[in-house]
Amino acid sequence: MIDAGLWSDARRRFAVNRAALIALLVFTVLVLATLIGPSISPNEFDHLDWGHVAMPPGADQSHWFGTDRLGRDLFVRTFAGARVSLAIGLIATAVSVGVGVLYGSICGYLGGRVDQIMMRFIEVLSGLPLIFFVIFLTVIFGRNLFLLFASIGAVGWLTMARIVRGQTLSIRQKEFIEAAVASGAGTPRILFKHILPNLIGPVIVYATLTIPQVILFESFLSFLGLGVQEPRASLGTLIAEGAAEMESAAWMLLIPGGFLTVLLLCLNVVGDGLRDAIGEPGAA
Amino acid sequence: MIRYFASRLLWAVPTLFVIITAAFFLIRMAPGGPFDEEQALPPAIKHNLEAAYGMDQPIWVQYSRYLKGVMHGDFGPSFKYKDFTVSELIGQGFPVSLTLGAIATVLALGLGVPIGTYAALHQNTARDYLVMVLAVAGITIPAFVVLPFLALVFGIYLKWLPVAGWEPGSARYYVLPVIALTLPPLAFIARLTRSSMIEVLGSPYIRTAKAKGVPLTAILWRHALRPALIPVAGFLAPAVAAIMTGSLVVESISGLPGIGRYLVQGALNRDYTLVMGMVVVYSAVLIAMGLLVDLLYAWLDPRIRFQS
Repeated sequence: MIDAGLWSDARRRFAVNRAALIALLVFTVLVLATLIGPSISPNEFDHLDWGHVAMPPGADQSHWFGTDRLGRDLFVRTFAGARVSLAIGLIATAVSVGVGVLYGSICGYLGGRVDQIMMRFIEVLSGLPLIFFVIFLTVIFGRNLFLLFASIGAVGWLTMARIVRGQTLSIRQKEFIEAAVASGAGTPRILFKHILPNLIGPVIVYATLTIPQVILFESFLSFLGLGVQEPRASLGTLIAEGAAEMESAAWMLLIPGGFLTVLLLCLNVVGDGLRDAIGEPGAA
Repeated sequence: MIRYFASRLLWAVPTLFVIITAAFFLIRMAPGGPFDEEQALPPAIKHNLEAAYGMDQPIWVQYSRYLKGVMHGDFGPSFKYKDFTVSELIGQGFPVSLTLGAIATVLALGLGVPIGTYAALHQNTARDYLVMVLAVAGITIPAFVVLPFLALVFGIYLKWLPVAGWEPGSARYYVLPVIALTLPPLAFIARLTRSSMIEVLGSPYIRTAKAKGVPLTAILWRHALRPALIPVAGFLAPAVAAIMTGSLVVESISGLPGIGRYLVQGALNRDYTLVMGMVVVYSAVLIAMGLLVDLLYAWLDPRIRFQS
């Protein structure tokens, strides 16, 4: 099992990393804002206020971030949209962690021919622009929010599987695994009881770095019109709308664009901080 | 070495075949078809259309016909762009996308490596931190935020460059899209170069060279650069993939008439042949990049060259 010293060391190293701490704080504030923000505003995310169309921020008392071309409140839409982006980030990351850890640990533990074939499969997949597959999946299964999570997660597991395999290969050589084999433990038991608990560190680090990638990918898809659908918004759809309107209404671009930027920056800095605190998870 | 490379080259054929097959059947599984309009066509007309495109045949026949066509370099007619073959559509847009992607790749490498080296030489100084902070920002901020922002500042406020659009032979329309497309891989390459350069510069043979009094530039050029570039070479294929997917949004924002738009449009319109053509082109480019990376590895690392 995990040595308590390892974790308290990691905590101490993280606590002296000022950039990572600030990023974590900002990220927490942003998450709370997406949870609380929409409900403190008097407006709804899909309400069309025809009296206040394309209002700049501050022009009207109740629309703090202004409104879009249809008179919808941008304050509520930005925070509700960010909530959708965050939810997709978390769920899709969970999918890719689940699949990647299972696949990678099986590869690493079984080794030999099975490992070779399974890794060759990953190599082929990661040589492709995975955007194809997600575009195909969204086209085939319709633009269903749940499938969007799953398909983004399903393409994100490749790197996770590689990292986990590398770690498993080195853990497999340790004496306690030999002891477990000698005492008659079966493969599933060794995998779940002895190998997986030792993978938690690198998995946490890489998962933290996966969340911003997934959010970015979802925004990318939504920007292309393949992700979240009207009247719902995510940061990607808001940026797409803003980019189309920027000549007359720059705030429609700058607010969601800025929000996405700050969110991704925080997550990346926190992830880098965790990596420095816990240790390198194999691939950079 | 030649044998190794030849085997990788041979691998490319089945890989491409598997990709084509998977894409062919996946896109056919999608509900709807290329002839679905707002108003349903009369059955007789729809039947004739399907017959004209060979879609009345069983799917296996269509599949083998398609494969045969691809092997002869014929990607078939587009379903939506009437009067155009897929080869014509891709042939028109490809030079634009290639220009965009090639400039971005060259810039990302040509600037990323020196910047990363610079940061490594000034490790843990203010200059290093500045480069690394900029690199994190560059990696983080996506092209579809950077490009509209640049267009807003340089196109609308300062009026230095066109906001969007394209004219044949005019370089000005490429400037902002290229910047937006280059920044993320550039930042990543800078970070990668920095960390591998720091590692290489700390190794004993570099210390020996320093002790002999070899000047710094000679150490960098003759001893440090090649080994430090190995991880960068490994990132080349993902970088090109990222630039290709990035060009999907960059082309759509900037209005450059490349091939990026055909992928999403083609999939949404069920323009089967067009999507397949895009899959073949993109996969071929990526597989070629993979082979190039193998060659680069062999050139950079003698251990790989002499092993096999």
